Amino acid sequence: MLGFVYRLIIGPTTPDRVVALDAIGITLVSMVAILSILLDTNAFLEIILLIGILAFIGTVAFAKFLEKGVVIERDRDHS
Amino acid sequence: MTLLHVAILLPFLFAIFVPLLRKYMPQVHTGWFVLLVPVTLVVYFSQFLEVTGNNEAILESVPWIPALDISFDVYIDGLGLLFALLITGIGALVVLYSVYYLDKHKESLHTFYVYLLLFMGAMLGVTLSDNVIVLYTFWELTSISSFLLIGYWNHKDGSRYGAQKSMLITVFGGLAMLGGFIMLYLMTGTFSIRGMVEQSEVIFAQPLFIPAMLLVLLGAFTKSAQFPFHIWLPDAMEAPTPVSAYLHSATMVKAGIYLVARMSPIFAESGVWLWLVGGVGIVTLFWGSFNAIRQTDLKGILAYSTISQLGLIMSLLGIGAAALQNDGGENIYIAATAAAVFHLINHATFKGSLFMVVGIVDHETGTRDIHRLGGLMTVMPITFTLAMVGSFSMAGLPPFNGFLSKEMFFTGMVNVLEMDFFSLETFGFLFPVLAWIGSIFTFVYSMRLLFKTFTGDLQRDKLEKEPHEAPFGMLISPLILGSLVVIFGFFPNILSINIIRPTMASILPSLITQGETFQVDIFFWHGFTVELFMTLGVITVGTLLYHTYPKWKRVYNVIPKSLELNSFYDSGMHHMQRGALNLTQGVMTGYIRNYLVAMFIFIVGLLAFVLIDTKSWNVTTENTAPIGVYEVILAIVTVVAAITILFAKSRLTSIIALGAVGYAVSLFFVLFRAPDLALTQLVIETVSVALFLLCFYHLPKLGRNEERMRFRFTNAIVSVGVGAIVTIIALVAQSEKLFDSISSYYIENVYEKAAGKNMVNVILVDFRGFDTLFEIAVLSIAAMGIYAMIRLRLARRNEES
Repeated sequence: MLGFVYRLIIGPTTPDRVVALDAIGITLVSMVAILSILLDTNAFLEIILLIGILAFIGTVAFAKFLEKGVVIERDRDHS
Repeated sequence: MTLLHVAILLPFLFAIFVPLLRKYMPQVHTGWFVLLVPVTLVVYFSQFLEVTGNNEAILESVPWIPALDISFDVYIDGLGLLFALLITGIGALVVLYSVYYLDKHKESLHTFYVYLLLFMGAMLGVTLSDNVIVLYTFWELTSISSFLLIGYWNHKDGSRYGAQKSMLITVFGGLAMLGGFIMLYLMTGTFSIRGMVEQSEVIFAQPLFIPAMLLVLLGAFTKSAQFPFHIWLPDAMEAPTPVSAYLHSATMVKAGIYLVARMSPIFAESGVWLWLVGGVGIVTLFWGSFNAIRQTDLKGILAYSTISQLGLIMSLLGIGAAALQNDGGENIYIAATAAAVFHLINHATFKGSLFMVVGIVDHETGTRDIHRLGGLMTVMPITFTLAMVGSFSMAGLPPFNGFLSKEMFFTGMVNVLEMDFFSLETFGFLFPVLAWIGSIFTFVYSMRLLFKTFTGDLQRDKLEKEPHEAPFGMLISPLILGSLVVIFGFFPNILSINIIRPTMASILPSLITQGETFQVDIFFWHGFTVELFMTLGVITVGTLLYHTYPKWKRVYNVIPKSLELNSFYDSGMHHMQRGALNLTQGVMTGYIRNYLVAMFIFIVGLLAFVLIDTKSWNVTTENTAPIGVYEVILAIVTVVAAITILFAKSRLTSIIALGAVGYAVSLFFVLFRAPDLALTQLVIETVSVALFLLCFYHLPKLGRNEERMRFRFTNAIVSVGVGAIVTIIALVAQSEKLFDSISSYYIENVYEKAAGKNMVNVILVDFRGFDTLFEIAVLSIAAMGIYAMIRLRLARRNEES
């Protein structure tokens, strides 16, 4: 995870950072899972799902932003 | 509510109807109706002469604010009655004069008479109130009504300037006086003046005695135009002449005299009182008479003359206080108080008539400048006679009343030489010397006033109108006052029994026993005394100075303009405004960053001061949990990400690093077993990072230059300070836990009472649901606010295009 953080800070281009962020998200998933085992509870299983969804949405949004400059396109602009 | 209260409130009540009279009876000059009020009052008050003549007093009380010990007490004794008669008597004459002076069609008469009646009622209230708070109320009413009257012709710049100046100075003094009254209340526990007089011994021994005296005197000196607060009076001459005659010679400026006389029994034991009242009075006398000579405007002469005569009365009151120091034997210092009271009456008569004469001259020729006037003696014989009587009386020539009071004044001042207390034996000789010089100047300006106006050549081309004698109605009032000057001059003792003696009994109550009266007899002829030679000297030197005036008038240029009191006032006002403006502009820069720096410095300073002051920086590690390896790793990640935000080159990096911090925090939540918080934190962090990106995208081109945040030393210090102080406080708070948490109650009852197993959620919606409700409200307001901002902006843009 420290490696990803290093990439996040140094990362010469923005996509590098976005990928690092996505990877951090997935690492977080595994960390939460291991933590749940360590703490002997199942209260954090929802967080695992949520991180997965958010990391996906966030990465997609970033990607779209980097590609097109906007996240949500307005229909009117194209018609 | 007795008849006395009604008498004081009558002018106020009548003032309500004045506009109606003006509106529905425009064919009759409103002044005629108003005249009824003072005439009624003067008849009513004169019936008390018999009561006060026997040294008795009348007290009527109506509760006003009983809870605060404030009641509308009316107290009539010699002093109060003298002033009441002056106010109503001269008030009647001034109203009569104003009927002929003010034009029925051109002037807004109703406002004039409303203001005048307000003033009359307020002045009656000042002189007849026994409760100091009520006195103060009426006192401020006189200031306000005087302000309105000076600014009566409010289209003129001079009127507005004069009104503002007099307002600022007199209200300044009034507030000081209120402070003095409150101190007196703190010392005695009563608002009643009689109650304070009874406890004067108690007051004398208290540390607040001197401050209270200074504050009360400040009020009296500003109101009575004493040095150096006299500067407002010459500028108040912009008022209509009846106002000048009434307020600024006979009544309002004597309110300070009244206050000094009324407070004498409380304060006069002290040497500070004698020196202050006597000294300021004599300096005012000298300075006012000296400056009166250089004036070229008739009303200007009279204004400075009023200042100097008020100084005369004030100094006599101060010297009269010496009577209290004299034990046994014949008390010669009482003469000063008698002279003060007598001159008070005399001054009201001759100064009132002189103002009216000047008004007539102004009215009939169109100017008050003595350089343009002259030779009016043959054109206006009656006015000239009146002016002569007034001026000679003012100068102190026999056989008018001014002569008598000037002789008594000299007597009082010469007696100072015999005083051997309050270090008067060293500097006391200044009193008679200054008094004598002041009298010479008085003689000179009185003569200038009379002869420059009425003798010499008539300069028709310089006058705006063809001069002629005034209508008879305008002459009635000055004629009455002028004849009073002569009557009091020949038969001064008619005043003595009914007015002067009871008044002195009010000023010096401790010197007489019950049923006894002061012996005051006023004679023309004392024999060949010092006073007579002083008067002869005044006349000789005065005549000499009058004839050589053009040769020595350069004396007035010795004092540069920038050192005059008026320019002190003007530049003081100017600098105060500029200073306030500069201060505001210096502090209120309009930059949020400056305000934030100020706020943070204040927070750090305050917290650090409290920490050091209470010596509560002990940090213990007793209650802390052991630190695990996961926490350390997470903390490092968070710190690294946070530092990245600070030093990132591009904004995008900052935003991503901020997201990293947020996710790390949510991981902390996981680590510290807060699943609900972790869930919410994750979602919120994602949304806000998205919003930041939105903002980033919409930044204008200009500000978009990707630049590292500039380093500022102050900001660094402040932020490190804030971080340090918050950390220290958190540690200190942690180490001093005084009692256990209340969470055990929730743990026990979460299922039994609230039927839930998720404790966080039960607290949110059940135990403390109110907070949640309003947080929902906050969110809705935020959503609606965003919607409104976007829509309104769009709508405006559409309108513009």
